This record gives sequence, C-alpha cells and structure tokens, in this order.
Amino acid sequence: MIRGIFVAAVLAAGLSSVAALAQNNTIAERQQLMKGLAQAGRAPGAMMKGEQAFDLAAVQASLKTFAETAKKAPSLFPAGTETGNDTAALPKVWSDKADFEAKWAKFGADAEVAQASIKDEASFKANFTGVVRACGGCHETYRAKKN
Amino acid sequence: MRKFFPDLFLLLMAGLVAVWWVTRPATLNTTEAVGIDYAGDLSKGGVVFNAGGCASCHMTPGQTDRKKLGGGLALKTDFGTFIVPNISPHKTDGIGAWSAMDLANAMLRGVSPKGEHYYPAFPYTTYAHANIDDIGDLMAYLRSLPAVEGKTAGHDLKFPFSMRRFVGIWKAIFLNTTTIVYDPAHTEEWNRGRYLADALGHCAECHSPRNALGGIVEAQRYAGGPDPEGRGWVPNITAKGLGTWSKADLSELLGTGFTPDFDSVGSSMASVVKNMEALPKSDREAIAEYIKSLSAIDGPPKPPKK
Repeated sequence: MIRGIFVAAVLAAGLSSVAALAQNNTIAERQQLMKGLAQAGRAPGAMMKGEQAFDLAAVQASLKTFAETAKKAPSLFPAGTETGNDTAALPKVWSDKADFEAKWAKFGADAEVAQASIKDEASFKANFTGVVRACGGCHETYRAKKN
Repeated sequence: MRKFFPDLFLLLMAGLVAVWWVTRPATLNTTEAVGIDYAGDLSKGGVVFNAGGCASCHMTPGQTDRKKLGGGLALKTDFGTFIVPNISPHKTDGIGAWSAMDLANAMLRGVSPKGEHYYPAFPYTTYAHANIDDIGDLMAYLRSLPAVEGKTAGHDLKFPFSMRRFVGIWKAIFLNTTTIVYDPAHTEEWNRGRYLADALGHCAECHSPRNALGGIVEAQRYAGGPDPEGRGWVPNITAKGLGTWSKADLSELLGTGFTPDFDSVGSSMASVVKNMEALPKSDREAIAEYIKSLSAIDGPPKPPKK
C-alpha cells in the first residue's frame, strides 16, 4: 500500500516534470521561430534602407519563411505555456485567441501575396513594408517589453 | 499644562494650513499664460499631438482610428486602475467646452477645469516643460477631431490614493514646471530632440525606474526599469543600454519599430512607433540625436529569468 502510494507519487512527479519540460520546449521552439522571422527580415530590411543591394531571390526566400512561419506559429501557443522560460507572450494571446490566430493568418496571406507581386526592386519597395507592418501590429497587443 | 494645550492646538492648526497650502491645485498665473489666447496652428498642433503620444492612451480601444479620442482604456497600476478620459471635442462627454487655458492648466500644471489635481498617470510631469504656444496649437488640432460620444467611468483607486487632494503632496515633491530652454552649447537638432523627448514624448516616464511613491528616480532617469504597466522590462536607453546603436538605428526604430537585428518592438512601444512614424523624419532624427547623447548610467538590476 505504502509502496503503491510511493510509486504513484514518483510517477506523478515524473509526469509533471515531463509536462513542464514539454512546455519549456514549446516556448523555446516558438522563440526560435520568432528569431527566424527576424533573421529572414534582416536582409530585405537592409535592402529597404539601401544598405544592401537588391536581391530578388533573397527577398523571395524571406517571404517564403514568413508564410511558413505564419502557418506553424499558432500551434506553438497551446494552453499551459502562458508562463515560464522567460516568455514575453502576454496573457492576451490566450484570452483573445481568435484575433491572435487571425493576425497570423493575415500575415501569412500577405506574405504569399507579396511572393507573387514582388518581381523587381520597384515592386519590392512598394510592397515589402506592408507585409512587415504586421510585426509591430501584433507585438503591440501580444508581446511584453523586453531588452 | 494649561499652556501646553493651546500651543499644541496652534501647532496643529498651522500644520493643517500648511498642508492645505501645499496641496492646493495651483493653476497658471497671467504671466505664465501669456499667449494662450491665440488661434492656434492646426498643422503644428498635429505635430504636438503625435510627439506627445496622446492617441496611445486616449484613443478609443478596440479600433484603429488614432483620431477618435473617446478614452476608456484601463491602466492597471499598483495604485489601482486608472480609466483614461474622453478628450474628443464632444461638448459634454469630452473636452469640447474647454478653453485653451483649461488645456494649458491640465497639461502644464496637472489641474482640471474644476480645479482638481489630475493623477500623474497623465504625464503632465513631462508636459509641464512644454511651451505654452504648443498647447494653443494642440487645442486647435484637438478641436478639429471628431467628437466621440460616451463619458468614461471614474478611476478605481486604493485608499489613500483615491484622495485627489493628496496628489498635491506628490506634486510638491516630484513636479517640476520649468519650461525647457534652448541650450546653446548643443546643436539646433539636439535641442529639438530634447524638447520632443523631455517636454512632449515623455520617453523617461517609462524608461526610468520609479520609487515607492511612484516618482522617477532622477539619478537613473532613462536607465530603464520594470514596466510600470505590468509584465516585462523597459530597456535602459542611456549609452549604457544602447551601446553600439547608431543614431540612424534609433531613428529607424522610432519610424518602423525595427531594431538593427530586425526584431520588432512590443507592447506600448509599438504604439509609440505609431505616433513617431507620423512625425517629420527630421524630428525622429532629432530625438535619436538627443537620446544618443545621454551619458551611460546603470539601471536597476533585472530580476533573474523565470
């Protein structure tokens, strides 16, 4: 009997730490994903500022990353990952989930439209900023201040 | 013993009079308010509006029109919840019945038309350094915006913060009403940037640590601290925190929200960017010039990661 309780307690402790680990992994994974967005944005950002020569293939690759990230990201904010691992996600991600997911969907759709419409430097300058405006638009509501 | 009581009584009375005097809501006098009656320049007022970041707090929540200033946003703080008021030109629900002088007393002295103190959640601690002409221009601009119906609810504060008169004591300690004067030791651009940051933009209101009474710790102004609106950490923006950031990096962040690493700022800083992107580029560059000149100061220690 006592051994049974002991085993159950060890199992429960083990399971809950596994669960905590999984939560931390999910948070780390989405943090990596967001870093990937910034990484992908860097070259086109420098091109916008004229610090780097225009490169259509690089821009298209970045837009592809944006679109793929937008599809994957919403699944990385499951219930139970609201806190821990230094997450900067605000509680509104979960309390306003429909809007949060709609914003990701719009960002993904915008990136796909831009993939089709950006064919040269002029169309890049005209269309790229509109896509990345989504970053600030979403961070305003869903991300805490961080440095 | 017979002598002791009257003395104590007199002392008490003198103390009460002193408290009453210190906590009185002091408004602008006629010399300070000279020039407030002029008509106001609408386009200059628009710059004051964007530089001052009025829309960030006063725009009606849940919609995107920065010109609909119906208020209603709830600011949760350690002192209780502040409800941002309606400052649209609606005659009864907003500030449609205000004179430019009323606006000047609100922004430069933190006193309402009824003669009551405002709480410093409204950053008049910064606006108090502004030129009176800018208030006249801002009034002209605010009057040009759409009237929004709906009076906002009152604040929900804990005792004793719920007693407005006591804000007078806070003001006596923390409110400095000196107008920023041009510093000839610096460039025109630097001076413009300083005015925009320290009299209108109120950057230091969030980018500085606060003491237990909610006053800015002057020795660590601009050195960052915990987010007064809740979770997160506001960065140190003195040279200590900015490090290798260039002036162009800073002005880019103010205009687009992107850091040199193409990270995108979050929370209320994203809203600040919406104000800043509406300013002339030269003004963003001026702010960057001024902020870059802030000497390196260590901020409060950040809590460990959790």
